[in-house]
Amino acid sequence: MYNKVVMDHFRNPRNVGVIDDASGQGEVGNPLCGDMMTIYLKVDDDRISDIKFQTFGCGSAIAVSSMLTEIAMGKTIEEAKNITNKDVAKALEGLPKNKLHCSNLGADALQLAIQDYEDRKAGKVRPRESRSEAHEHSHGEQCYCPYCDIELEESTEFCEACQHSLTEEH
Amino acid sequence: MSVINLDHISYKPMLPEVKAAMIDAIDKDYFNPASQHKSGEMAAEILQSCREDVARFLNAANPKEIVFTSGGTESVNHAIKGVALANAKKGKHIVISNIEHNAVIRSVKRLKSMGYKVTSIEVDESGRVNPQDVANAITDETILVSIMHSNNETGTILPIEEIAKITRERKVLFHTDAVDSVGVVPIDVQALGVDLLSFAANSFHGPPGVGGLYVRRGTRIFPILDGGVQEHNKRAGTENLIGIIGMGAAAKVALEKLPTWYEHCLRIQNKLVADLPKVIDEYIINTNPEHSLPNMLSVSVRYIEGESVMLMLDDDDIAVSTRSACATGSLRASHVLISIGLSHADAQGTLVLSFGKDTTEEDIDQFMSSLKNVVTTLRDISPLYRKRAAS
Repeated sequence: MYNKVVMDHFRNPRNVGVIDDASGQGEVGNPLCGDMMTIYLKVDDDRISDIKFQTFGCGSAIAVSSMLTEIAMGKTIEEAKNITNKDVAKALEGLPKNKLHCSNLGADALQLAIQDYEDRKAGKVRPRESRSEAHEHSHGEQCYCPYCDIELEESTEFCEACQHSLTEEH
Repeated sequence: MSVINLDHISYKPMLPEVKAAMIDAIDKDYFNPASQHKSGEMAAEILQSCREDVARFLNAANPKEIVFTSGGTESVNHAIKGVALANAKKGKHIVISNIEHNAVIRSVKRLKSMGYKVTSIEVDESGRVNPQDVANAITDETILVSIMHSNNETGTILPIEEIAKITRERKVLFHTDAVDSVGVVPIDVQALGVDLLSFAANSFHGPPGVGGLYVRRGTRIFPILDGGVQEHNKRAGTENLIGIIGMGAAAKVALEKLPTWYEHCLRIQNKLVADLPKVIDEYIINTNPEHSLPNMLSVSVRYIEGESVMLMLDDDDIAVSTRSACATGSLRASHVLISIGLSHADAQGTLVLSFGKDTTEEDIDQFMSSLKNVVTTLRDISPLYRKRAAS
């Protein structure tokens, strides 16, 4: 089901853990599938000097978190801002289609952690809740079929492209 | 490669007697049982003797009540769609439970799009249907009740006999999906009082891809495959004789050995329940302790996700099944687990452990030591476990 790169990151995840005195922290959660990811950043001179993650989720979610930390480690904040979920999936040499939009949340968590870092630097205090944003198979305004990656209308019950039911239970 | 099979609900190894019978059948090159010449008649006789073996195994009153199919899914589709189409003039209402297999759920969904009405009865937290709810759901329009004999995710056995009394009294046909029960617990179609019962050969160590539908004599049902007059005009198409011979052989052995298999599985189930608290904490057992199959245990391990557990156990050559949404490729947690009151997060950590006559105590010991490591590793990664520790 998963390729060798994904399985390697799943079996030997890099940078697992918590940074107690983190410069920034970002958390994303998916209320539908239940995947959750927390990213901790340590930033020195606007460069990510350490990054750690904790993830509750499937094999793909753990591999995504691990790969993301490898990509982001050592990058400047400006460089890290350009990291997308697509970059992570590409570095993993691909993910199964139905996993692309439910477990590929790593970059979202990273961007929230960066935002948190910048807010703290600017002296803004945010309530903790506002940092955890729901991620429901959507990117901005768009929804995607988790099976074939086709863009969908929000109220669609069936994916026109692959005929998969999106609303049925189970 | 020697793998510990704790995923018997997906595949049960075929019995040596089954393999031998099938290999012999291939060697003998039987003709088509529908042909009228000597060679065809010989094949027809073999087919009949298999039908008798299966009928005896299920205690059907007449071998003609057994319709051979390609497996559980076809049997369920046949029962539901066949009864719905044949009885449409009488009414278009069907009653099911909310924990049925997708073969049932999607069959009635298809019928719904054709104008049928469906009532789905909710199970209680023990995972069982209250027969009184079935009685309340039946209307003058009701033509069929379909409630599974045991659930494939929890192993919980439902009160089929009590429901059958109600459907008899109300003159409504009753189908039970007994795919996970046949070969595990004794099934007597007459004692159960059902009109239709679906089963699959692999559940009793027969070949995959073969099964059957018990249809009580006099039950109004249409075929869903039209063509020839095979299976007493209930299922067209040349019979899968080699597979059916395998199923017949499995039925013969199962009829004799089932009590031994049952006792063995019960011992393994008890051992699992007794050993789990020695290796992990914070888990939920979803299997009903009083009414369950002996060969299954559904366990939700909190704060971790089932697919990850399954993959890590697989690295240790232990095969298990998980019901997490991520692993099944669906968007949501299992409808079965949510309906017995599990939260979405807890449902995500669900493992279905299913075992059989060949599972040993050493297999369970090995599973336990592996599980302990896997749960520790994954909880170290889990933000939920950390939050729980902090609170």
